[in-house]
Formats: sequence, C-alpha cells, structure tokens
Amino acid sequence: MNHLQRLYSAPLVGRSVLLAITRRFSSKVPSEPTWEEVDKSKLPEPTKIDQDTIDHLERLALVNFANKEGIARLEAAIRFADQMFLVDKTGVDPMDSVLEDRELYLRDDKVTEGHCKDDILSNAGKVVEDYFVAPPGNIPLPKKEEYDR
Amino acid sequence: MASSVPKMCAGRIFLSSRRSLCTCNRFYAKSQTKTKKDRTRPLPGDWQGRVGLEIHAQISSNSKLFSGSQVQFSAPPNSLVSPLDASLPGTLPVLNRRCVEAGVLTALALNCHINRRSLFDRKHYFYADLPAGYQITQQRLPLAVDGHLTFDVYDESRSQRQVLKSCQVRIKQLQLEQDSGKSLHDQDNREVLVDLNRAGVALMEIVTEPDMVDGAEAAAMVKELQLILQSLRTCDGNMSEGSMRVDANISVNRSGEELGTRAEVKNINSAKFVQKAIEYEMQRQIQVLEGAGEVEEETRYFDWKAGKTISLRDKEQRHDYRYMPEPNLPPLILYTDTTSPRGMEDTVVNIDRIREQMPELPDATRRRLVEEYGIQFQHSVALVGEGLVEYFETLVDVKGKGRDPRSAASWVLTDLLEEQHKRSLTFQECPVTASKLGEIMDLVAVGTISKSTGKKILGLLFDGDNRSLLQIIEEEQWAQIRDAETLGRICDEILEKHPQLVEAYRKGNKKVVNRLMGEVQKATNKCADPTVTSKVLKQKLEGQ
Repeated sequence: MNHLQRLYSAPLVGRSVLLAITRRFSSKVPSEPTWEEVDKSKLPEPTKIDQDTIDHLERLALVNFANKEGIARLEAAIRFADQMFLVDKTGVDPMDSVLEDRELYLRDDKVTEGHCKDDILSNAGKVVEDYFVAPPGNIPLPKKEEYDR
Repeated sequence: MASSVPKMCAGRIFLSSRRSLCTCNRFYAKSQTKTKKDRTRPLPGDWQGRVGLEIHAQISSNSKLFSGSQVQFSAPPNSLVSPLDASLPGTLPVLNRRCVEAGVLTALALNCHINRRSLFDRKHYFYADLPAGYQITQQRLPLAVDGHLTFDVYDESRSQRQVLKSCQVRIKQLQLEQDSGKSLHDQDNREVLVDLNRAGVALMEIVTEPDMVDGAEAAAMVKELQLILQSLRTCDGNMSEGSMRVDANISVNRSGEELGTRAEVKNINSAKFVQKAIEYEMQRQIQVLEGAGEVEEETRYFDWKAGKTISLRDKEQRHDYRYMPEPNLPPLILYTDTTSPRGMEDTVVNIDRIREQMPELPDATRRRLVEEYGIQFQHSVALVGEGLVEYFETLVDVKGKGRDPRSAASWVLTDLLEEQHKRSLTFQECPVTASKLGEIMDLVAVGTISKSTGKKILGLLFDGDNRSLLQIIEEEQWAQIRDAETLGRICDEILEKHPQLVEAYRKGNKKVVNRLMGEVQKATNKCADPTVTSKVLKQKLEGQ
C-alpha cells in the first residue's frame, strides 16, 4: 500500500523528462528535472469499485484480488491514472504503436517453422499423447459472500 | 467470434456428412421430398424473421497467418506449431502476403470496398486453445467493407432445381484473423486435450447485414459463398472439416414492428444445418414471445442430433473482449497500379493486379454453360453446385468432335452422381475419369450398347473393374442386339409365350407393347435395341 500512496501523490512528469530518459544526448534535454504539481481539485471524483465490477475484472484477468486491500489498491491505481485528465490532448490522436507511421512487412507464403513438437511440448506441465492437457473449461468463481474476509 | 471456436470441436469430430450429401441433386432430392416439406413450416401469423451471418472461412495457404508453420488438416497433434503459435515470449507476428491477397480477391468477388489502410487489433478471451489469451483480428478498420452478394434460392424439394427467388445480401465487412487451436473434451477424466496445429491459421471473417428472412435464404447464401470461395481457391469450403463455419444472428418480429432481440447460434457446420438451426430458432423465439416471454440476447449452439438450438448459458457473463490495437503490427497498406512503389512490386499487394486474376464466378459459369452448350438452366445449376463443371466440360470437349452436351449433363448428373452416392464417395474420390465415361457415352451413342448397359458398365468401373470396355461387353455378352432377324426370332418366342397379351393388343389395347418390350428385354438381358425391337414387335403384332 505504501508504494501506491507514493505513486498517487507523485507529481505529473513533464514531457521533457521522458525525452531526457530516452534521448540522453539531445541538446533539448534540460539538465535538471522539472516538476509540476497536480491540482487535485481539478481531478474527477474518485472512482468507487462495486462488487460486480470486481467479479467481472477477476473473471477477465483470472487474478484473485477480491478482498478489501485489493479493492483499495485498484481504486488507488485508478486515482493515479485520473491525472491524465489534466493533460491537454487537443489535436493529438491516440498512438497505437511507435510503428504506426510504418507499414507492415509481408512475408512469402512458405513453411519455415514448426515440426518441433518435442520442443513445444517440453514447456507443458502435463501431456497426453502429444496433446497439452488443460483443466475442464474456466473455473467458476466463488459467490459474493466469500469475499468479505 | 473467437470465443465460440473451441466449442465446435466436439461437433466437428462427429460430423462426417459429406459435402455432396448436403447439396441436393436430382436423384437424392426425390427421396427427401416428404420430410423436407414437413420441416419447413412458414412462420405463423404476421411474424417475420431476420438473419445475419458471420462466416469464418479458412484461407487456403501453405503457412499460417503470422507464422511460418504449415497449414494441414488432421496432422499429428502439435506437429505444426511454431513458438509464435504457442505464444512463447520473444516471438513476433509476421503477416503472410498470400493471406492478404486471398482476402483482397475474395473481397473483390463480393463487391467490397477495399481499405487501402487496415489495422489489426487484439480480442481477448480465455480459453485453453488460445494460448496468447487474445486473438489477432481486425476490428476498427478491417480489410474490406460494404460489399454485396447476389444469389438464387432453389426449390430443393423438387427433382428439378427451380429458382424460387433471387436475393441480395449486403456484406458488412471482411476481416483477416487468426484461428484458435482445437480442444478435445475428455469428460471421464475431466480434462481438456489441446492441439495447437490450427492455432494461428488464417481466417477470413465475412459479416453480412441482417438481410435474410429465413433458413432457406441463409443456407442458399452459404452455399453460393462456398462455391465462390472454391472457384477463387481462397478457401476449400469444406464445412465438415471446419474450413467454413457459420454463426447466425437470428431474430423475429411482427411485421411493421422493430427488429426483435437477436440470439446468436454459433458454429454451424453445414448449409443444411444452417437452415435447420434458423428454422428451429425462429419457431422457438415466436413461442417465447407469444407466451409473453422475452427473447434473451444470448449465444446458443445447434445440436444437430436433436435438431434444436441450446443455450450456452453465458449471458450473465457479458463478453468483454477488451479490444485494443495490436502494438506489434503497423498498418497494412495496399496499393494500386498508380500508387505501387517502384521496385517493390513483388513485395507489396497490388489491388489492380489481384483484380486481373479474378476467375469466372459461379453465376457467370451457370449462364455460360447454358449459352455455350444449350443445356437446361437447372442442369447448369446442378453442375456448378456439385463442382462438376470441369468434368462436364472435359466430357463434352473431346478433340475433333464434341459429345452431345445434354446427354453428357444427364450422364454426369444422374448416373455418375448416383454411383457416387451409392458408395458415399465425394467427387474427388470418383474413380471414373471423364474420358472413361466419354468412351461409354460413345459406345451408347453409336448403338454398340444400350444406355442401361452403359450404366451397368459404369457401376463395374466404380467397383474397380480393370477390363477394357470392349472386353467387358464381350465377356458379359452385353453388346446390343440390333439386327432385325435375331430380334424377330426372340420376339416370336415372347409372343408365343404370352398369347393373352397378343389377344389384348388385337382387341385394341396398344399399351401391351410396352409389356412385351419388357419381356424381350428380360429375355435378352436388356441388350435388345429398343427402337428396332419396338418396330419388329409392332410389325409382328399387326401382321398376325
């Protein structure tokens, strides 16, 4: 919980700082880090997570975090991300990838891989007749009452 | 779509019905007439139905969509898996040009607008046969949009394929995406066995607008699309092997009212089941609504054994696929003759070049066969529908002289198919070549053997008889008896044996000639030339 508190109160990192990390030798990089305090009054209302959303997220993530600490941590993470609302994004399209201004390379339709069953299966916990073995379907999640521990 | 992929596997294993059995032909349709009519009930009252389809067609390619592993049906489990297909860390997808070209060719055949720039996205869901936890697909900006497909609905309950109506369905989009692996469910040991050979194989997902009104239209659309894909060679269209799988979005509403809530029936794997599933589902929804219930927006599957659709009961778990841009794949850019970068012609995809490769599509073939050979439209439809066009054309177009196209159509559509169905063979397994059938046709045409003997010989060839045709005819004594003298002697014997028939003839019942003809055929092992026999018989009857 401690480190999250720190993240939450961390000031917004300026663009120039990011550049400093990635392009060390650029002359545009200021020699000192710059900081801007976040005006918490301009942030939206803190998000409250209800039990149904937790259920849904657990199912999507297949991660078990539905206890009081887990919920608090999630809410803190969302609060941290709320800072993005203060960034001026006018005229800026969301970026898919750093390669979005490139185009896709296309390869020839040739068989160049595969035929390495033993290597592929060597990672499996359990194998039956060259099949991976998995549990039957997705495991049903416990009922709501079981969360309030 | 992807969440459904795993569930179909069990169904696919059971299903061995051959493609040729799903499509109707004259000989087969007759026996079906009755049951078919019972099944196809029109919707009651002022109810009307709506159907939209999502069709997953596996692209025919040597290697997978994003990896260099081989594509092959029923290979030993996990033998065709690369590290990318198994989602091992450190691997990156590299797009297969052939798959893009196949997608573009198909989209052009479906009159789509091709997006010069398209994007890939990740669609997330959890299933053991999807090791990455997401499927790479095209959600935001697919390869092609806004197409349409025209097709005819045939009256399959008749022996002749009459066109009931012509339909057009709008194609919403065509996108490239990965297939998942396959799961085998071992109920006894409560285990799922996963084979990743299919993981990463290229699919085209073709999405239609809800423009169809019933199961017959949807089934006809699927069949036409199947024929188009087969003539383009972009997908083998083999539904029983899962190369083509259909999801149907089905709703009903009272006429004049808004469209009803739709239910999705997933992974239907034959055109016949498409029709049955839709018909069942519409009746079910009407019953629910008339009972003052509500149709739930849910996923169902078609249990073909029971002929019912069954809820998958996952509605409380609203699907949230968490689509996101695929960060490892920059945009896919397509070119035309004017935009193609110089010196890069072999490495980029050029839409104009692909358009030039467009083969004749089934609809054009049907019309051409009628114009070029003067055969009936129904026969042309049947030849195209059964994939027998090439066979037919080889049979008709012999060097120097042509064979009679109508007679060739009849041999192919009636006799050849009958022998195939008797033995449950697909067309690919047909042991009799067009040139062999041509020899039989020629012998019948010149009168060496009768048509019925020709059929018997065809049967022998199907059974693997290696003798030459002339040898068979000689050894079985099947040569047609055409000389009037020999036939006259046989006729005399028959007339002697059946005085009552002769009597009847003299009293004016001319029809008994047919019975006498039958007796002659019986006596000659069906080798008497019918024209000569009939002439001789009549002469004798009149003369006596």
